[in-house]
Amino acid sequence: MQSVQYAAPTTLAQATQALQGASDAKILAGGTDLLVQMKLGIREPGLIVDIKRIPELTAFTLGEHGLHLGAALTSAILHDDAQVRARYPGFMEALGLIGSSQVQGRCSAGGNLCNASPAADSVPALIVNRAVCNILGPAGERSVAVEAFTTGPGKNCLGSGEILVSIDLPLPAPRSSDAYLRFIPRTEMDIAVAGAAVALTLDAAGVCTAARVAIGAVAPTALLVPAAAEALIGTALDDTALANAAAAASAAASPITDKRGTAEYRKKVVGVLVRRAALIAKARIEADS
Amino acid sequence: MKVKTDFKYVGTRPIRPDGLDKVTGRAMYGADLNLQGMVYGHIVRSPHAHAVIKSIDFSEAMKLPGVLATMSAADLPEPGDKKIPGGEVDFELKAFSPIVMARGKVFFHAQSVAAVAATTASIAAAAAKLVKVEYDVLPHVLDIHEAARDDAPLLHEDVFTQGVDPVPTRPSNVSAEIELKMGDLDAGFAAADLVIERTYSVPMCHQGYIEPHACVAQFDENGKVEIWCCTQGAFMVRTLTAAVTGIELGKIKVTPSEIGGGFGGKTTIYIEPVAAILAQKCGRPVKIVMSREDVFRASGPVSSSETRVKIGVTKDGKITAMDTDIIMDSGAFSSSPLFPAVMFGTACYRCDNIRSSGREVLTNKPKVYAYRAPGAPQPILAVECVINEIAQQLQMDPIEFRQLNAVNEGDLPLFGVPFQAIGLQEILREAKKHPNYQVALGENQGRGVACAFWINAGMQSSATINVSEDGRVNVLTGNPDIGGSRASMALLTAEVLGIPVDTIRPAVVDTDSIAYSDLTGGSRTTLATGGAVIKAAEALVAELRKRAAALWGINVEEVDWIDGSAVARSGTGLETLNEARANDGHAPATAAKSLTLAQLAAQAGVTGGPLCAVASHNAHNAAPSFALNMCDVEVDKETGKVEILRYTCIQDAGKPCIRPTWKARCKAVLCRVSAGR
Ligand SMILES: Cc1cc2nc3c(=O)[nH]c(=O)nc-3n(C[C@H](O)[C@H](O)[C@H](O)COP(=O)(O)OP(=O)(O)OC[C@H]3O[C@@H](n4cnc5c(N)ncnc54)[C@H](O)[C@@H]3O)c2cc1C
Repeated sequence: MQSVQYAAPTTLAQATQALQGASDAKILAGGTDLLVQMKLGIREPGLIVDIKRIPELTAFTLGEHGLHLGAALTSAILHDDAQVRARYPGFMEALGLIGSSQVQGRCSAGGNLCNASPAADSVPALIVNRAVCNILGPAGERSVAVEAFTTGPGKNCLGSGEILVSIDLPLPAPRSSDAYLRFIPRTEMDIAVAGAAVALTLDAAGVCTAARVAIGAVAPTALLVPAAAEALIGTALDDTALANAAAAASAAASPITDKRGTAEYRKKVVGVLVRRAALIAKARIEADS
Repeated sequence: MKVKTDFKYVGTRPIRPDGLDKVTGRAMYGADLNLQGMVYGHIVRSPHAHAVIKSIDFSEAMKLPGVLATMSAADLPEPGDKKIPGGEVDFELKAFSPIVMARGKVFFHAQSVAAVAATTASIAAAAAKLVKVEYDVLPHVLDIHEAARDDAPLLHEDVFTQGVDPVPTRPSNVSAEIELKMGDLDAGFAAADLVIERTYSVPMCHQGYIEPHACVAQFDENGKVEIWCCTQGAFMVRTLTAAVTGIELGKIKVTPSEIGGGFGGKTTIYIEPVAAILAQKCGRPVKIVMSREDVFRASGPVSSSETRVKIGVTKDGKITAMDTDIIMDSGAFSSSPLFPAVMFGTACYRCDNIRSSGREVLTNKPKVYAYRAPGAPQPILAVECVINEIAQQLQMDPIEFRQLNAVNEGDLPLFGVPFQAIGLQEILREAKKHPNYQVALGENQGRGVACAFWINAGMQSSATINVSEDGRVNVLTGNPDIGGSRASMALLTAEVLGIPVDTIRPAVVDTDSIAYSDLTGGSRTTLATGGAVIKAAEALVAELRKRAAALWGINVEEVDWIDGSAVARSGTGLETLNEARANDGHAPATAAKSLTLAQLAAQAGVTGGPLCAVASHNAHNAAPSFALNMCDVEVDKETGKVEILRYTCIQDAGKPCIRPTWKARCKAVLCRVSAGR
């Protein structure tokens, strides 16, 4: 019979200490992944360390360096901030797709990232926004680019005793925007069959000067696809450029076939999503200027 | 027979008597009951789809502190060839007992094999993991076509295909075959200008009720068992639990809780006998709650099917021949709705030459159970798709094509009972006029039309009406309320008694407190249980007139019951009963003497004792219902995603008892349509 201990530290130091003592500890943010997994018997931690009472983990600031996001901040709170929504519309729409209002009232971007589902919606959008993960562990602090954080389905780069403390999203350059699209057969409350995020910067003439493209649910982890971005840079996002970016994304995808869709289908659809997301990001830039 | 068409209460929108408790969370569902000293049962399930059970070892589980009892099929009587009485057809116990506890062999993944009871749910779950079951794994078969082959892994040594002559000597996974015919099929196809033949398959799905199965069972020293559970039929639980456990039926009392959906899936038992036996063994009440996962893995899904349809038509659009053949997957035991499927697939169309055949096949999957109009949607889907294709090829409007071929009063369907007054033509006329049918379709948009049919059931029900001293009324029935039936029972009582519906409290009571009632299903409750309620209310009115006559010292024929009061006709100026009735059902203003229900109730002690009435009913007057659904969709050509733009459902509802409930039911059907994609 398994019994579970529960700790709710109020400082990072207490949290790292609690984690060091136990080999079967799990961090609890919103619990919308962890508690479900425990109920299904997939995880049986001996210690749960609830990090929501640590102030810096549930705070955020938006300033000249960008968005500094506490890893356990509840998505719904971030969503209430009009400035964050205006700066990172694609990231916010990705985060806002997670679950329902109820789930949004609990879940966090940090949890979405640490859970390391290949289909996690906010991760491709974090990647195109050049997000950086700030980690604290027994050996001190370190930072990792978000595209290197997830290492496989359900696996991340955190070592034993390490906590994801915060995520930094640099401020987008002028005339920049982003977009995220996912494909689900239903209208809501579903897990992505494929997902795509695109961030763009356009010059005054409408020529793309910088781009990042990331895809989700089509590989063991969300992928940054430089070839798709290169297909867009230097173009006015004409049909050919978009088709090339779509083809590059499809080529980079290495999906599996499961109940949500076949590998062929996912490969094809992820390209469609990249093209459509690029057009949305472009429309956002044009609408702003 | 004169049909009553003017109603005072029926067809109105009362506040649902169960509504407040449900929206506040106070309503007691299956898992909500907790008894003093109660412990928890947990079921051990098979990890194999087909295997021989070699041994079950409880010794490690019993060592865990808090474990109180264990059970397996060894604690249940051998089913042998025993039959369970089922009204019109008897059921074989050997197709029920192994669903409760596998005996010797498991036939599907997650079939229950053993159970433990412990002081907490988590100890019980941990103990279940310690039960050691040794299996000899057998090859399994999941596909209906593979299962039907001679060389397929055989599920049961004692299943021989029923419905073939002579009776086969070799056992088979094909458990039943049936064929129905009318007219001359060959001549019908010879007369056709266009013949289309297609095969459609419908996958297995689950009824998906929101509330998982849950129950509590308690045993007393005299061997009396009480069971509280969520079910579509408390009497059904009593019958099946008695048969499976060998406990005398009369010693079992079943109390149905509120029910969070059933859709046909709660027309059987899974956990009740397990809780009862564990309770008997440990001397404490035992609760068992199935998890959502258990529900999906081990409780009745819906038959998957494959239907071949061949239809011939003349070039001016008359159907000349219909030939359908369906294969239904029944899971591991015979239970599919094969007969309704074969009978009702073509019921919407008049055609002189029809053949309809079907086969039921057993596979290593959970035993299937009923789901909304069991057996009808699968073949109807196939028939309607072919009908649409034919209309398209003939360049006819799909509704006009149906108007030309739809059944009318007097037509003889394949199931042999000529249609009485039916509403299919009216439905088609309304559909054709409906604004949604006139909307022009845009690019990548399409419109589908389909008719549907269900036979509806009657069967046995009972009702009790008790009047309290203040004239308030309790109406008791034995049918779990799945879709608002308590409100309907209150409305029917109000209508007959002529009293406000909010003075009536309807309740669904336990099997000791009311006479037998068949389960809630087959769209029978409003008709049959409602019929019993009407009979009881009418008997009560007769009694009330008698009581008033006694108080007034006049002849009972002199007393009418109008608007909730006994009215003495003498002195009203009304000479006959008919005249009083003709007075629009309202109490004549000049009535010299009248007594309200409350006044009669207050004096019941001196007029003959408490006021009550009991009635039983076996309804044979169920009328079939027809429907038409039309749906506009748009396809995203790049992703294949289909979006529903408009959905229109037109049903011949008969007389709806409650207005909002009827609308809600239509919406519920549509939710299922769109969620099921
Ligand atoms: C009904 C429902 C619908 C959902 N829909 C979606 C959806 O559409 N898209 C989607 O992507 N996801 C979906 N999810 C999954 C889930 O809601 C998200 O992944 C969510 O972002 C997880 O955040 P959380 O704060 O609840 O994480 P938790 O469950 O608290 O944690 C998730 C994992 O990360 C670890 N962890 C959390 N925070 C940290 C940290 N700071 N440092 C180290 N480890 C940490 C935990 O130990 C755990 O293993 C859904 C879940 C539910 C229940």
